Amino acid sequence: MTLTERLRRLDVTTVIMWIIGGLLLFFIVLGSIQSILKGTYTPAQWFDFFVFGISQGSIYALIALGYTMVYGILKMINFAHGEVFMMGALTTYFLADEMNRRGVFDDKGALGPTLLSTLFGLIVLFAVAIFISMTVAVLLERVAYRPLRGAPRLVPLITAIGASFFLQYTARGLYGSNNRSYPNVDLLKGTVTFGQFSIQVVQIVVAVTAIAMMIGLYLFVQRTKTGKAILAVAEDKQAAALMGIDVDRTIVITFALGGAMAGVAAILYAIMFRQAHFFMGFIPGIKAFTAAVLGGIGNIPGAMLGGLFLGIFESLGPTLFLDGLGINSPNQLKDVIAFTMLVLILIFRPTGIIGERLSEKKA
Amino acid sequence: MSLLTCHHVTKRFGGLVAVNDFSFDVPEHSITSVIGPNGAGKSTLFNCITGFYTPEEGKVIFRGEEIQGLRPDIIANKGISRTYQNIRLFSSLTTLENIMIGMHGRLKTGIISAILRPPRTRKEERWALEESLRILELVGLRGKGDVVATNLSYGDQRRLEVGRALASDPKLLFLDEPTAGMNPRESDNLTNFIRELRDNIGITVVLIEHDMRVVMGISEYITVLDYGAKIAEGTPREIQNNPQVIEAYLGTSGVEGAQAALAGQEA
Amino acid sequence: MRQRAQGKSPLRRAIDVGLIGSIPALLLALVGMVDAFSNRYLLEESVSTGQVMLAVVALIVGYLAARRISLPAQTVATKIGYGAVAGLMVGLVLALLLFIGEVVGINLRKVLVNASPALYEILAFNQAPAVGMLLLALMGTLLGALGGALFVMPARLRSAIITGITVIILLALLRDIVKLVFQQYEPTTALYRFLFTPNGGLTKIGLLLAFLLPAAADYVWSAGRPTLDRRYHALPDGTQKSVRWVGLAVAFILLLLFPTIFGRFPSEAMNNVILLGIMMGLGLNIVVGFAGMLDLGYVGFFAIGAYTMALLTSPQVGGGMNFWTALPFSLLASMIAGIILGIPVLKMRGDYLAIVTLGFGEIIRVLVLSDALRPWFYGAPGITGVPAPNVGGMLLNNPETLYYLLIAVMGLTLFISLRLRDSRLGRAWMAVREDEDVAEAMGINLVVTKLMAFATGATMAGLGGAIFAAKLGSIVPQTFNLLISVNALAVIIIGGMGSVPGVVVGALLLIGLPEVLREFAEYRLWVYGALLVAMMLFKPEGFWPDEGHRRELTEHDPEETPQAPGPADPPLPPGTVRDRAAVARADIRATHTEDEAGLDE
Repeated sequence: MTLTERLRRLDVTTVIMWIIGGLLLFFIVLGSIQSILKGTYTPAQWFDFFVFGISQGSIYALIALGYTMVYGILKMINFAHGEVFMMGALTTYFLADEMNRRGVFDDKGALGPTLLSTLFGLIVLFAVAIFISMTVAVLLERVAYRPLRGAPRLVPLITAIGASFFLQYTARGLYGSNNRSYPNVDLLKGTVTFGQFSIQVVQIVVAVTAIAMMIGLYLFVQRTKTGKAILAVAEDKQAAALMGIDVDRTIVITFALGGAMAGVAAILYAIMFRQAHFFMGFIPGIKAFTAAVLGGIGNIPGAMLGGLFLGIFESLGPTLFLDGLGINSPNQLKDVIAFTMLVLILIFRPTGIIGERLSEKKA
Repeated sequence: MSLLTCHHVTKRFGGLVAVNDFSFDVPEHSITSVIGPNGAGKSTLFNCITGFYTPEEGKVIFRGEEIQGLRPDIIANKGISRTYQNIRLFSSLTTLENIMIGMHGRLKTGIISAILRPPRTRKEERWALEESLRILELVGLRGKGDVVATNLSYGDQRRLEVGRALASDPKLLFLDEPTAGMNPRESDNLTNFIRELRDNIGITVVLIEHDMRVVMGISEYITVLDYGAKIAEGTPREIQNNPQVIEAYLGTSGVEGAQAALAGQEA
Repeated sequence: MRQRAQGKSPLRRAIDVGLIGSIPALLLALVGMVDAFSNRYLLEESVSTGQVMLAVVALIVGYLAARRISLPAQTVATKIGYGAVAGLMVGLVLALLLFIGEVVGINLRKVLVNASPALYEILAFNQAPAVGMLLLALMGTLLGALGGALFVMPARLRSAIITGITVIILLALLRDIVKLVFQQYEPTTALYRFLFTPNGGLTKIGLLLAFLLPAAADYVWSAGRPTLDRRYHALPDGTQKSVRWVGLAVAFILLLLFPTIFGRFPSEAMNNVILLGIMMGLGLNIVVGFAGMLDLGYVGFFAIGAYTMALLTSPQVGGGMNFWTALPFSLLASMIAGIILGIPVLKMRGDYLAIVTLGFGEIIRVLVLSDALRPWFYGAPGITGVPAPNVGGMLLNNPETLYYLLIAVMGLTLFISLRLRDSRLGRAWMAVREDEDVAEAMGINLVVTKLMAFATGATMAGLGGAIFAAKLGSIVPQTFNLLISVNALAVIIIGGMGSVPGVVVGALLLIGLPEVLREFAEYRLWVYGALLVAMMLFKPEGFWPDEGHRRELTEHDPEETPQAPGPADPPLPPGTVRDRAAVARADIRATHTEDEAGLDE
């Protein structure tokens, strides 16, 4: 089509969308330029924001994997996935607290050298959180989603929202509504310094663990038979069933894997932010979803990149764009940034930044 | 004069060329069939014309106006209406509601008058109801107006789809395999009905059909698609004897089988 | 579950049902609901509604066990036996909790905050743990058996008993409000004293009466109803119509007298039902129920309406307008917000839309709370001094007078909802809900149609918000949380998506009950969440689905309409006509694959 023809057929709504998007982009760029010119922050501070963004983003990415995998296979958004993450973190808190009291995470411990006991403690925490999150995810699938497979789209969506609230308030009812503070692990307290830059140990641990998990998952899906079954079911359920793949079982495995990733994310979140409460799944849930959309929903490596990108964007954002625009206490608006990002992506590239086109027409 | 012209229309999906440099004319008041083996691109062609796909190349001209790339609702309101290969009714709405939705483009009521319901709107609604009942009568569903669409029998669902398409008072009606799943008596009824429509209302009909008995019995013109490209067109008689068409239908049943199939007999 | 269960003995399956059924009982106890309701007594000062909750679980489990396991040929005793076994399991699991907590003495409370001595006391019926455990097992068995018996008995009797049980539970739960209402008048005060003990629940005789009378009424009613129905339908059309009108008029008069009869507190509760339930529900129903778009950020528009009202009227922030001049601005602001949010999201798929709107609702709250926008929205403390609505110089600053404004506005929104539903636009919405592609092929402009739904819904929310601000006199940002959206969503799901009368019923149940049950507040979202899941699983069409309208046979001149179908068409079996509920059920159950058919070959 020629340009004039395209212009002739342009929708009013498309124009308005582009104007909204354009304005947002303009302010982002304007704010960034001003912040950099003002030079309130030193390079070391920028570096701090960046590293924080990476570790936070890798947590988002881990949660995003659950969204993306379930979406890939069932074409539905598992709204309650944030709660799967929350359940892992909040339930494991009690164990972590008990372990801390017995000195597992400091040098007063009865379990011998600190490094060994800390490592042991963390591994146990990860295992328990993975177990809890996995169980919740699998139960969710079994009770709430499986009977509704093939129902009109709105139905599983509403179920998922209901399940999300139910889990949230079950956690609140069972464990109480106070904010639980996770123990401070001695070994993760320090910082690594080189030149004027420094990185907190905990951030390195979080990022490295998360990225290792993601690579592991990616390899699992690509290389193993089970992983290939997941891909096959995601591609075409009926064909996969004809090939002798147990579709139900594959779906359960997908939920379990997503749950496991959320469990890992839960402990990483806990050691990084050192808190857990019944509402903690909500915002990270939305953000992880944003990350999944960013990377192209249904796309596993996309979710990883999307998560990292969102984490960095969100960590730099308040100081980079908002501060420059002269906005007070920009950190309060962190969540607004992530959301704006989601809207921008959905306007300009609904298939995600790296996503291939999923289908010719809107699915 | 032709009502619809496709001019070198091409539609690709990635590497696959679903419709390849396709051109054809649909004369006004004619009944034209598009036939071809499964996967020949017939439905894709329908979707290109009705606006669900934008062809990469070529023009679709309807009543002297280029319509390719326009939104489906705009094209529908220009007077093109369609049915679907696998029935797609608004299944939890009633028969009457389905038809009244088909009339959407012919009604004017906006949100304000919907709420205030001035005499003009009342009159319009009244008229819409009468008109829908008339269409119900026309497609033989009188008395079933209050039945929820999924509760209709298969044949009735097919009729309702045609009725819904007719409700927009189209100039051009696309029927995608209208007799699929019908027994010979039912499909004869439908064939007669289509012919009557053309004769009485002066509507132009294009159909995709597999049942050669129907195709040969009803069509004035036939266009044959294979692998997205037109391989033949002409009157039923010409098509039946066209060697290329026989070739395309050969795959399964041999020359005689293909000829018999094209003649609309059991091979 | 079912496949695995095939090979098991019936007894094993009854045990399984009981064990699964004990999970809700355990949850009820451990999230603290049982304890929270321990001060509302059913009978004198002995049986609390907290215990009743567990009893109801055992009852239902017994019923389900009997229904799932028993075969028609089995004896009544066997069927009841299955119920008893399942009920026993519920009792045993609770007894186990008691055992662990009290007898073994593990401090579960470290983790499970509600596993308190108070809970154990309730579970043990205030007896020693050992006795309590025995009682639990016994009660479980009895109730399970009763559940089984409910399954076995004729439907009419069952319905009567369930009605009786429901009434006594409601009376026990709502004792405070019953007291408040009854004590306004001499004779009812006497009745109250007769039915209730001074500090506890119903008296023995009160309980008996409160059970027997409604049960008997139900029994008689279910017997007489078919005849009554037949007689009603035998009446000439004109008379039927006037009967309906008289009914409506009586209902309307009762509605108008509500504040006079019931007084302040019930009026206040009713106001919230109307505002947060019916009005918000109706607005959301247009978006979700009619047009099929799941909007979870509905509270955002409510907030915009409320803030516009507050900013324009409160003298504290230099407003100074009165309610009526500010109202159009509130509506306009929320409508524009609806359109602005609508445009980018309308092209999205359903689930994207849900999450984006969810984010939007949160963002509005975060923005209003933020320091950055404090000069305009006054941050966390909110805005006070919003004047009450005035009508002809009279300030509607108490629940009784405000009630009339709300009734009027509710009437208006109901009217608009119904009018829109039965219009060209309403049909277009439903077409879009059913199948977007086909709707588009029918000449419906998707963007405009969806935008209309979004804007109309947003405007209704704005209206609600504006009244909300004026009603409270002040607003704080934290009020505008997800709960308001979820309230509205739950209301329309319970009532039946797209059903206007369903919204009213849903609102009375979901907003009305919690209004008068303060203990419930904490568990509201927990129950709503469970309810949303349960509804989607078992009753997706809601409790009061849209009956639709028989237009062919009623609006059209019956003389011309051939009543009998043509000779070629077999007559439809009874019940096929217009059973939308059945269709909705079938829709859900059918596992149709998601075919894009028609678009490709």
